[in-house]
Amino acid sequence: MNYEMGEFEVAVVGAGHAGVEAALASARLGCKTVMFTISLDQIANMPCNPSIGGTAKGHLVREIDALGGEMGKAADKCFIQSRMLNRGKGPAVHSLRVQADRVEYHKYMKNICEKQKNLFVKQAEISDIIIENNKIIGVRTKLGAEYKVKAVIIATGTYLKGKIHIGEISYESGPDSALPSNLLSKSLIESGVELRRFKTGTPCRVNKRSINFDIMERQDGDEQIVPFSFETDPSKLDNKVSCFVTYTNSKTHEVILENLDRSPLYSGRIEGVGPRYCPSIEDKIIRFSDKPRHQLFVEPMGMSTEEYYLQGMSSSLPEDVQLAFLRTIDGLEDVEIMRPAYAIEYDCCNPNQLLPTLEFKKVEGLYGAGQFNGSSGYEEAAAQGIVAGINAALKIKGKESMILDRASSYIGTLIDDLVTKGCSDPYRMMTSRSEYRLILRQDNADQRLTPIGYKIGLITQERYNALLEKEKLTAEEINRVSKLNISPSEELNKFLEEHGTSILTTGCKMSDLIRRPQLFYNDLAEFDEERPNLPSDVAEQVELQIKYEGYIQKQLQQIEQMRKMESKKLPKDLDYNMIYGLRLEAAEKLNKIKPLSIGQASRISGVSPADISMLAVWLMHEKGENNAS
Amino acid sequence: MSTIAAISTPNAMGGISVIRISGEDAIEIAEKIFSPFGSKNVSEMEGYTCAYGIAHDKDERLDDCILTVFRAPHSYTGENIVEISCHGGLYVTKKVLRAVLSNGAINAEAGEFTKRAYLNGKIDLTQAEAVMDIISAKGERELKMAECLREGAAFKKAKKCSDKLLKILGDLAAWSDYPEEDIPEVRPEVLSEELKSVRDDLKTLIKNYDSGRILREGVATAIIGRPNVGKSTLFNCLSGCERSIVTEIAGTTRDIIEESVRIGDITLRLSDTAGIHETEDIIEGIGVDMAEKMISKSELIIAVFDGSCPLTEDDLYLINKINKSNTIAVINKNDVEQLLDTSLLEEKIQHIVYLSAKENSGVNALYEKIQDIFNLNEADFDTATAANERQKKCIDNALEGIENAILSLETGEMLDAVNILVDEAEQSLLMLTGQKITDAVVDEVFSRFCVGK
Repeated sequence: MNYEMGEFEVAVVGAGHAGVEAALASARLGCKTVMFTISLDQIANMPCNPSIGGTAKGHLVREIDALGGEMGKAADKCFIQSRMLNRGKGPAVHSLRVQADRVEYHKYMKNICEKQKNLFVKQAEISDIIIENNKIIGVRTKLGAEYKVKAVIIATGTYLKGKIHIGEISYESGPDSALPSNLLSKSLIESGVELRRFKTGTPCRVNKRSINFDIMERQDGDEQIVPFSFETDPSKLDNKVSCFVTYTNSKTHEVILENLDRSPLYSGRIEGVGPRYCPSIEDKIIRFSDKPRHQLFVEPMGMSTEEYYLQGMSSSLPEDVQLAFLRTIDGLEDVEIMRPAYAIEYDCCNPNQLLPTLEFKKVEGLYGAGQFNGSSGYEEAAAQGIVAGINAALKIKGKESMILDRASSYIGTLIDDLVTKGCSDPYRMMTSRSEYRLILRQDNADQRLTPIGYKIGLITQERYNALLEKEKLTAEEINRVSKLNISPSEELNKFLEEHGTSILTTGCKMSDLIRRPQLFYNDLAEFDEERPNLPSDVAEQVELQIKYEGYIQKQLQQIEQMRKMESKKLPKDLDYNMIYGLRLEAAEKLNKIKPLSIGQASRISGVSPADISMLAVWLMHEKGENNAS
Repeated sequence: MSTIAAISTPNAMGGISVIRISGEDAIEIAEKIFSPFGSKNVSEMEGYTCAYGIAHDKDERLDDCILTVFRAPHSYTGENIVEISCHGGLYVTKKVLRAVLSNGAINAEAGEFTKRAYLNGKIDLTQAEAVMDIISAKGERELKMAECLREGAAFKKAKKCSDKLLKILGDLAAWSDYPEEDIPEVRPEVLSEELKSVRDDLKTLIKNYDSGRILREGVATAIIGRPNVGKSTLFNCLSGCERSIVTEIAGTTRDIIEESVRIGDITLRLSDTAGIHETEDIIEGIGVDMAEKMISKSELIIAVFDGSCPLTEDDLYLINKINKSNTIAVINKNDVEQLLDTSLLEEKIQHIVYLSAKENSGVNALYEKIQDIFNLNEADFDTATAANERQKKCIDNALEGIENAILSLETGEMLDAVNILVDEAEQSLLMLTGQKITDAVVDEVFSRFCVGK
């Protein structure tokens, strides 16, 4: 028996990292939002690595925060160790990574959602989406409860028809032994959504008591901690734990190779496509057989548990083999497994069915976010969650949608890659995926995205004013040092020599000195009597903007070119077969992706420059005719 | 809109060739490469006026030219146009075009002058479809031409440089994207050495770059036939030198020998192949496989038969392998008694020529036949030149990017900044294969490094 359970505007299916950001964004933008999860105890769970950030992923977290999302704040609140990676390789690749307390993180996010106005959190399994005239009108739970809604965001992660493999055994399950979502796939397929299988895996968790840390390398957090959120006060942050590093050896590899026939991956029982960047240990040993050892990180899961995570050791071999190969590793000779490693297969969609707003092209009001869209990683999921949540809300409010382009952010790059190129294995963000790396730094995420968050309504006036003040101070200081004359002096030249850069023979501007790679803004203070006392984030911006000015200009020019192409909009319902002279292959691809602009069209593989030329002429023609009529 | 340029006269020997420049900066660019004999600079010239002077590329004097200025909107495209008429000769014309391009113009895309004319309202709207046709047809040809270029030596060398750069970028990306894995550190000194090696390769490539290459490299042509019908003799006769070893023993040619031969306007990239027949000799067998592959790859097939004896099993096998319209059957050895029944050949193969390669008689008939069926039209030559110039421009840009990267390494810039410059260089080279740099680097990282959780 089905029954009515009321009327909402947005329903979010799943309460993982994508679901939570989607629900919070939608509710904060004033939409009455209901978020469903199979288990309230799994909200914002980290079933894999208890860690937030890392290269490019750290950028995503800062961007989510700059837009008004929650992930950065939660990570600042619940981290137990923080490190800025890649210091010394240049600001474009600086990336923040924290070890988080898994349980605390879940509790924090659950409570934030519970307290959020307009947001209703429900434990239920969604079995159907209800559609009328290709438009979402509701969802139904397994128990038969029907909720009327205008938009649904699917954020099912690895739950959708989840199947766990450990050695010869496999069974239906969500991550961390949660129940899988077995009914929704059918409803989605019937609605015209094409699904496929992906696979991912996680290593085992072991008991701290059984680890000998004395013979492992220790890795401590940063002394000066940079928070994720631009609103977190950095002075109050502390590291609580250390992580450790150890290595596999030839014995480990031997045990694994001897037991390969018991792996579901090699015996063909897993059909899902696994991520290239996150191979299981058996994959690594086979594909990189010349490597004598592989590194693994031993990381705490939280402050209230003795569980440790073994990063680098994801596997789907049987439990007894896992134990055997772990015990060959230095420091793990007596290790006790608490949770075995497993591989998990799940249903997801090919994201080329989505618009850059993350709405399905075929079903109005249906959105996808996170692993369901073929991505991987908490941060990638959260990034899509906030975008889907924002766009669902904007649409309901009758406002223009938010599409972040590739030059605006890693979030924009992620979504453009997904919807334009699709993905053949779970998509992980990397700095090398962005062609505008020097602009998309983690330090300026606020300057890039907070104005957008403010315009949409997720950023407070106060926070926006703070950004304007920061930008004003930065501009004033850059202006000041660009005019400030510095003349050679014995003292200064001694300083320059000490820093390995050429001495001054004639005068120059202060900014010329800051531009030199060997010198830093802060170090030059002693030769700059009038220097105002500036907050450290302003000083950082002054330094970076001066040092990288040439490169930034270069990238800005590329961006301008790109945006020109992006501004040439293509009609959504265009039938490319009707365009005279377009090659068949190109028309087919274009009909599938339905790009929003000439720019997006040019990034589709199989669409040639001549095809783009054709589209441009066609577009001009159309415009000409429209103007004439 | 950018300023574009191209050679707008047919790409062949002739009295006068015209280079057309169109766009906002057309006049400014022309002024940089043109010294008038008179007192008026190009920028001072009025529309519809000419000047006589010298075209030059920096210090190099190129040719005496007549330069005509059309000022917007009174021109074919509706933009500023400068036309430079120089003294024919593809070599000089291309040098002038190159000077124009290196001063800020970009190579006109297929049909782009007409497209601009249309967009600026100079052509009737109903002509839009005609423009589409031009672009479409040229696009197709360009694809074909790009395929052709890929066979060329210049492309192969550029590809090698591109692969080297991709490796460097993979190292940089893996090192910065996976700081926690044990990935070798990228040291600036080493990076600089690697970049210098690519730079030197590109420099050599550019120095030897010949824009006429496509015309010379031309049509992929395979000479095929069963053993000892005289393929190598014909090959040597066409190429004018003893490249293939010719003996009386059937099966002498075991690999494929290549040579370029110019016939009138057309250049054949000739491949002499091993004779096609059932063989038990393993080495010869490999040669036969290669020969069969050549058949499918070639744009022109010269199938050689022995006129002095009847068709054999191997001949029949061969006839069944080829059914392309661009095949010429050569009945060789017409200097001795003819025992070949040609009726089957006439039925299967459209073009037949009788000659004696050994006596070098009747070869002219073959030349004529080739010109007949392989009459590349002007448009193909245009496209070829454009494709070629674009290739060179890509290599030029790549070189510039690498020079900049080496320079910033020397000044001690951070690797993330240097990386951007190497990116730029590689993106230019990847344009030759149509790959996207971000995808290529990501693939490189995953295939070479063991990274992950």
